[in-house]
Amino acid sequence: MTRNFLAGFAYLLLAPVIGAVLAGIDRRITARMQGRRGPPILQPIYDLFKLLQKEPIGVRRTGHFFVFGHLIFMMAAGFEFFFGGDLLIVIFAFALSSVFLVLGAYAAHSPFSHIGAERELLQMMAAEPILLLTAMGFYLANGSFRVEQISTHPVPALYVLPGIFAALAFILTIKLRKSPFDLATSHHAHQEIVKGLTTEFSGVSLALVEIAHWYETIMLLGLFYLFLAPYPVAAILLVAVVYGLEILLDNTSARMKWQWAMKSSWTTASILGAINLIVIYYWLGGQP
Amino acid sequence: MHVPLGLILVPLIGAFVMLALGLTKMRKPLVIACSTVIGLGSLHLLFNQLHSEFLLMPINEHDWLPVFGWLGLGIGVLLFIISIRHRQYLAAILAATQATLAWWAEHLTHISEQVVPAPMVIDHLSTIMAAIVGLIGGLICVHAVGYMKDWHEHHKNLPDRRNVFFFLLFIFLSSMFGLVFANSLPWLVFFWEVTTICSFFLIGYARSDEAIKNSFLALKLNLIGGIFMTLGWILIIWRGGTLDMLQIVASGDALYLLPVAMICVAGLVKSAQFPFSPWLLGAMVAPTPVSAMLHASTMVKAGVYVIIRFAPVLQDTTAGLMISLIGATTFLLTSLIAIGQNNAKRVLAYSTIANLGLIVTCAGTGQYNAIWAAILLIIFHAVAKALLFLAVGTVEHRLGSRDIEDMQGLIMRHPALAVAMLVGIAGMFLAPFGLLISKWAALEALIVVNPILPIFVVFGSSATLFFWAKWMGKIIGAEPGTRPVPDDTHSLELIVLAVLTSMVIVCCAAFPWVAEMMIDPYVISAYGRTMIIDRETMVVMSIMLLLVALLPLSLLYRGGERFRRVAPYLAGANYEHPYRFTGSAGKEYSMGFKNYYLAEYLPEAGICRWGYLASLTLLLVLMVVAL
Amino acid sequence: MSFFTKSPWIVHYDGASCNGCDIEVLACLTPRYDVERFGCINTGNPKHADILLITGYINEQSEPVVRAIYEQMADPKVVVAIGICATSGGIFKDCYNTKGGVDTVIPVDVYVPGCAARPESIIDGVVKGIAILDQKRKTLKESRKAS
Repeated sequence: MTRNFLAGFAYLLLAPVIGAVLAGIDRRITARMQGRRGPPILQPIYDLFKLLQKEPIGVRRTGHFFVFGHLIFMMAAGFEFFFGGDLLIVIFAFALSSVFLVLGAYAAHSPFSHIGAERELLQMMAAEPILLLTAMGFYLANGSFRVEQISTHPVPALYVLPGIFAALAFILTIKLRKSPFDLATSHHAHQEIVKGLTTEFSGVSLALVEIAHWYETIMLLGLFYLFLAPYPVAAILLVAVVYGLEILLDNTSARMKWQWAMKSSWTTASILGAINLIVIYYWLGGQP
Repeated sequence: MHVPLGLILVPLIGAFVMLALGLTKMRKPLVIACSTVIGLGSLHLLFNQLHSEFLLMPINEHDWLPVFGWLGLGIGVLLFIISIRHRQYLAAILAATQATLAWWAEHLTHISEQVVPAPMVIDHLSTIMAAIVGLIGGLICVHAVGYMKDWHEHHKNLPDRRNVFFFLLFIFLSSMFGLVFANSLPWLVFFWEVTTICSFFLIGYARSDEAIKNSFLALKLNLIGGIFMTLGWILIIWRGGTLDMLQIVASGDALYLLPVAMICVAGLVKSAQFPFSPWLLGAMVAPTPVSAMLHASTMVKAGVYVIIRFAPVLQDTTAGLMISLIGATTFLLTSLIAIGQNNAKRVLAYSTIANLGLIVTCAGTGQYNAIWAAILLIIFHAVAKALLFLAVGTVEHRLGSRDIEDMQGLIMRHPALAVAMLVGIAGMFLAPFGLLISKWAALEALIVVNPILPIFVVFGSSATLFFWAKWMGKIIGAEPGTRPVPDDTHSLELIVLAVLTSMVIVCCAAFPWVAEMMIDPYVISAYGRTMIIDRETMVVMSIMLLLVALLPLSLLYRGGERFRRVAPYLAGANYEHPYRFTGSAGKEYSMGFKNYYLAEYLPEAGICRWGYLASLTLLLVLMVVAL
Repeated sequence: MSFFTKSPWIVHYDGASCNGCDIEVLACLTPRYDVERFGCINTGNPKHADILLITGYINEQSEPVVRAIYEQMADPKVVVAIGICATSGGIFKDCYNTKGGVDTVIPVDVYVPGCAARPESIIDGVVKGIAILDQKRKTLKESRKAS
């Protein structure tokens, strides 16, 4: 139990730092891929502290409410994950957190953030099935929804869940807001809907959204770690490869329309995810 | 002992008194009194039942069967005449068939000397259902007092027949209590038919062409369901089985499979599953309290209630799987259709069908943990959906529209109503509120049973996320500085909304208790074991609820002294006014915000067609495998 | 040194011009000049930005727009006028619709000459802007303390 709490609190403390550094490395690699030098690795942290010092402005005085909700439930979801709790609850808390961000964009009542919010909801709808199917898959593979049991299971889940793994990697692009699925808001400048979802957040609010995104990144990567949990080194390598591929994809693809995002993710979910689930259900002989 | 009888008789007597009194000022206190009595009565039953497993009511069935027989025949004749007068010949034929079959079944029962020793049984499942009917039904009746006053002011061309309206509502409540307490199949069929008829008259209350058309649609489909149920009854007698529902469930005899499958078809009709869903959408023409009571929180729940009742028979059968698949298909497809709806009541109707589909999915498996989830779903859905329907109804009278697009910025214009609506919506799809807890339980239960069912649920619940969240977004997106509109909502309506809003929250907070004290005993008595939720999960849920509850405190912070309000970003073009911009040639435009409905990609008719096709096939397979 | 000097986010607006300077502004983002080295991001959104780059002169139509964009930026903020048109109106100075340079509408902190301004001088202007940004932050902080 103590270990669980330690892991949970370690996540709360370290995830933003690691997430920020990861974002810095991401920006550096992206720059190198484009033939540029790129910013310092700690750039995201500089950005964060600058944002915290900016004048508070906003369309309405209560905008921070939703940002708090977003951050708190992202932290809650991640805490529950690293604590070793129920994976389904992690996913539900995660969804709640994302809904808060979307509602914040709606509440700002601004054209660009409104469209961003609609698109983000579409993307959530696109990604949600695979996230839940992943939990189902882990349950069939390991007999438990609890992250703790899943991570201590001797056989890596990757062996029985390759389809679900691939499908999850597919929607990771959506969750990390990378091309071709950076429809709702983008890390890169000049999107057709300005900054979409985050257009109306500024200063501290924007800083909190950034922190939440770092928490999110770490939690999602943690999900990938679970696939090879019995072999920590290989698992970390796997996470690095997945993240590296995301960066590569981000730099080599154009932004797609939401129709494509929707269709492709639901197709992936139903082909790779669902078939994998059905196959292992019968392969492992029904009840785990 | 006398409480259950009282629950049936009080609304019955109240109904006739209201009808007899006509249009008087006496009706309001009478409605409130009756509702209070049944509300408290059902609560009393709920709490006292907690100590014992069964409560048998020794009533001599033989004395009552002929009474029900004559009453049923009378109702059949009445429906026949009404149908003929409206030139609805199919309805007339169905009514005649149903009445004849029921009469015949009655006759066969008489010959076979079948006696159910305890035609009424109160166990934990009945008390839960009774509590929903009594508490939520009662609240909706109270809300209806204020609402119907408004309604008749909006419909001046119609004669004021509010006495008939409340008569029907209370007759319905009475028969609903009868339905959930019934342990004898003939009794169940009788009360079942009475709810069908109440629903028929209430849908047609507005007497417009549309209302009459839709009421007959509902009648026809539900009569088909009734015919199936009666056939099930006859079949049991032919096969020499018992009509005692508890015994049917306990026997585990294969001879009951086909009759039970037929009764479940009736359940599917009543809970508006594909392919029978059209009647529930048509029923939305009825005044909102009717939609809230009959078509969201109680009557349609009767459909899933019988499936849950008979679920042990379906355990590990292909027939059960087919029923689950019908529910799962319905859940997925109606959730997708709901995305394309901008009429608030239609969204609620589709979401109701979807949630009932989820309950059917769980119930069809006949597994203890899925049943556990199904009952939890019934409770949470009844509360949240009643709140939402009533809130939409009240808002509709304030705005003069039930279009979700017209609810822009409701949070500023009608804050109290908006908060009620937001809580209701959150209750429908967000963690850690009720329905999500149930969905979680359902997923954990279904994955053990069959891998296909959770796949449907997973996709369907992603779709629900979309349409609920965008509705919430509509409500909270307001121009800064919008002033609240003076509110002339009837105080009774506001009180009921407040009570229901707190019920949504309390139900969620009390979830572990609800599960342990109410659902577990039933599931254990029927299956011998129950769903175990570890303490940690409970704690996590409670912490999340606490966080949600504390979050509004952050609204006390208004951005600090330095806060500066700026216009929304529009490339600087909105310099005259935040929500107007200057376009080419100096022309001024105003901004509008519209949600995505994806109607092009999710055509209602097209999806329905696939749904009907799939579910008809499944129904056919169901009948074949049950033979 | 403060974080403002390390993370200057930019929003770029073109009042009215031949677009020559705009192209040079965008050239700064390319691998050859790579302003992201200094943490610069072209946000395209005044609510996120610290530095407002304006190219082109101001006319009757763009005047309220520039005001609105400036208004929507959070303090501390810096305005850099890019190119001769933004500085004084340039060759459009006597045009019938010309109001003048950017400083006729909002306070300008840095003027970058050139027609079109070269990327090197734009970057130089931004770097000067960064110093002023930090100065403004200090002043703001002191005035807050004082009050």
